[in-house]
Amino acid sequence: MELTGAEIIWECLLREGVEIVFGYPGGAILPTYDAMNKYLDRVRHVLVRHEQGATHMADGYARITGKVGVAMATSGPGATNMVTGIATAMMDSVPLVCITGQVPSTVLGSDAFQETDITGITLPITKHNFLVTNVKQIAPALRKAFHIARTGRPGPVLVDITKDAQNQKMDFVYPTEPLRLPGYVPPSAATPEQIERAVALIKNAERPLILAGHGVMMSGAERQLLELAERAQIPVALTLLGKGAMPESHPLCLGMMGMHGAAAVNQAIQSADLLLAFGMRFDDRVTGNLRTYSPHSRKIHIDIDASELNKNVKVDVGIAGDLRTVLEQLLPHVPSLSHPAWLNQIRDWQEETDERDIINYVAPSDKLYAAHAIRDLWQATGGDAVVVTDVGQHQMWTAQYYLHQRPRTLITSGGLGTMGFGFPAAIGVKLGAPHETVWAIVGDGGFQMTLCELATAAQENVDVNVAIINNAYLGMVRQWQEFFHGERYNATPMHNPDFVKLAEAYGIAARRVRTRAEIPETVAWAHSINGPTVVEFQVEKEDIVYPMVPAGADLDKMIRRPVPPRNLPDWSENH
Amino acid sequence: MKHTLVALVENEPGVLNRVASLFRRRNFNIDSLTVGRTEDPNISRMTIVLDSDVTRVDQVQKNLYKLVNVLQVYEITQQPSVSRDLALVKVRASAEAAVVASQFGARILDHSDGLMILDLSDEEGRVEQFIEALRPHGIVELVRTGVVAMGRGNHIVRAPQFA
Ligand SMILES: Cc1ncc(C[n+]2csc(CCOP(=O)(O)OP(=O)(O)O)c2C)c(N)n1
Ligand SMILES: [Mg+2]
Repeated sequence: MELTGAEIIWECLLREGVEIVFGYPGGAILPTYDAMNKYLDRVRHVLVRHEQGATHMADGYARITGKVGVAMATSGPGATNMVTGIATAMMDSVPLVCITGQVPSTVLGSDAFQETDITGITLPITKHNFLVTNVKQIAPALRKAFHIARTGRPGPVLVDITKDAQNQKMDFVYPTEPLRLPGYVPPSAATPEQIERAVALIKNAERPLILAGHGVMMSGAERQLLELAERAQIPVALTLLGKGAMPESHPLCLGMMGMHGAAAVNQAIQSADLLLAFGMRFDDRVTGNLRTYSPHSRKIHIDIDASELNKNVKVDVGIAGDLRTVLEQLLPHVPSLSHPAWLNQIRDWQEETDERDIINYVAPSDKLYAAHAIRDLWQATGGDAVVVTDVGQHQMWTAQYYLHQRPRTLITSGGLGTMGFGFPAAIGVKLGAPHETVWAIVGDGGFQMTLCELATAAQENVDVNVAIINNAYLGMVRQWQEFFHGERYNATPMHNPDFVKLAEAYGIAARRVRTRAEIPETVAWAHSINGPTVVEFQVEKEDIVYPMVPAGADLDKMIRRPVPPRNLPDWSENH
Repeated sequence: MKHTLVALVENEPGVLNRVASLFRRRNFNIDSLTVGRTEDPNISRMTIVLDSDVTRVDQVQKNLYKLVNVLQVYEITQQPSVSRDLALVKVRASAEAAVVASQFGARILDHSDGLMILDLSDEEGRVEQFIEALRPHGIVELVRTGVVAMGRGNHIVRAPQFA
């Protein structure tokens, strides 16, 4: 059948099982938009308000569904607007295919109107990218793009397609021959020798600890993780993106590690004699000072990306492979074990951690602490919502106070820490999982970076709830200023718009919350509305996320919450 | 310590750029990088020399493998191998310079306008000695290709599916 390049793009998307495309049109991608209406019965297009939003939506969609998210934009400014979203997906290993229009091949390199070298720009922030200048290359490039995005360590792939390639016609049959990617061979399994060495370390350990990361969910290894932890009685610490890898109510699940991790978890890491790192990459935010990191432990590291092994932390057994496959190999050799002394020691640390926890303080009635608001949101949603955060203090409080029982229920920008991610990603999440209750928990700062997507949520009637944790500050930066820069609050206080009126201007139902008492009813109200809602929580302005490991400090040298007597009326003024 | 990596890459536009971009982004310091054609028109071959005191060889190797167009990476440092660096050196024509050239087995490619172009292809260290020996005689212009290397005998570098 004779098809245009533009039609071939849509045919390929359908073949790849794409249900939804987040995009924004413009000159160089116009042929593809022109061809779109023929396909709209099979694929949905969501018109965003900024191309960054398209990439974050595709990202949220990909993280919740495990499928490849697709974003589309025009050349030049459309493509460059995608850069932040692509880099975000790259750092968190999210499979995306970004399709950009490009100026006609005849004028490539001439600084034509809206020409930009987007394959050059995205070279270091994509897993791979393609420049397609001929209709015949479209289908092969898109097939490879989807394959590369979703296999191995997933990541974003950009396909830049010139306008003339979109307009050219060819006799099209969807190619079915095997993909020719001789240089692309993701690792899969461990060698028997590696398994043997890992098992020996596990059997000999007295204080073992599993570090579970995003890779647990990406390889679908939750069941194997649970089985190993239970059988060998090994406690599990989670990275930020690893939350959901194991139910947080499980007695062996200790919670989050790292800069704002629970003190007990960091203490356990520093005292362990064996670390089993699964699908995580020893980011500086989880290790603190590398020289003093977990000094007494042997280390087993399983990751799909061989270059992560021995990158930051030297390990004794490094296995490049798919985590689930490797755990399946490992499990038959792991006997029942027990570590009662170790687990008791950790319980003691946990009790001391709980002692200092903010949720054990009763705030005076006129104060609303963000941590309380988030804990109440957890309760009011039955702990079962999919929570998408932005970046800042509210993100860390969410990680600490919204507990997760199921995989893929915390979605957050970990590696890049992209402000503006939360709200658009939540739209993508809801569109990918319509049956889920979705809450975006965002800061007043980050929300304002992408709040134009309120119009998208309204136009598409996306039933997503936005909790703005409004502290009238770039709170996390203010915290650093308080701790490390002599309390000089330069460029962090914010005069914000009236968020309720703002939402209403977009036709979105909105409410404001000032006290804890209002929260359950407000959440119920938000859930009762079939469409987007915005809830502004006006919280304490100068609050602190505790504990905190200062950047580069030893993991157990945490700044802890000061110990005020219980129920001190206003402890926040004493720190 | 100096290490020599040989990478076979798909002969596609932009591959050299991808490798260079990787080195820059990962803060890998490279002594030299050469690229050229091979017995297979679909495959180019890169020789990468780096110093393991500055840059981690395992990380370079693993990150090269992450590039979709990189087929195979070999570390040939420990293998019996030969290597060549080619230098063209333009010096003021003199009997002394000609003596140095003949001592090192360099050829005189050009002799005009009172200048000579000397051509030496040898191991990197010897090329360096050659250049040092010429320096007192007035080097006007100098270009080197960077190192290319090849394993001896049955130490053959070949992409597996073409083997
Ligand atoms: C795009 C971007 N710019 C700057 C930063 C640096 N940064 C990290 S947290 C933060 C403050 C976030 O403020 P807000 O959104 O109000 O959240 P809060 O910390 O107050 O909860 C800033 C500016 C960032 N992470 N991302
Ligand atoms: Mg704020």
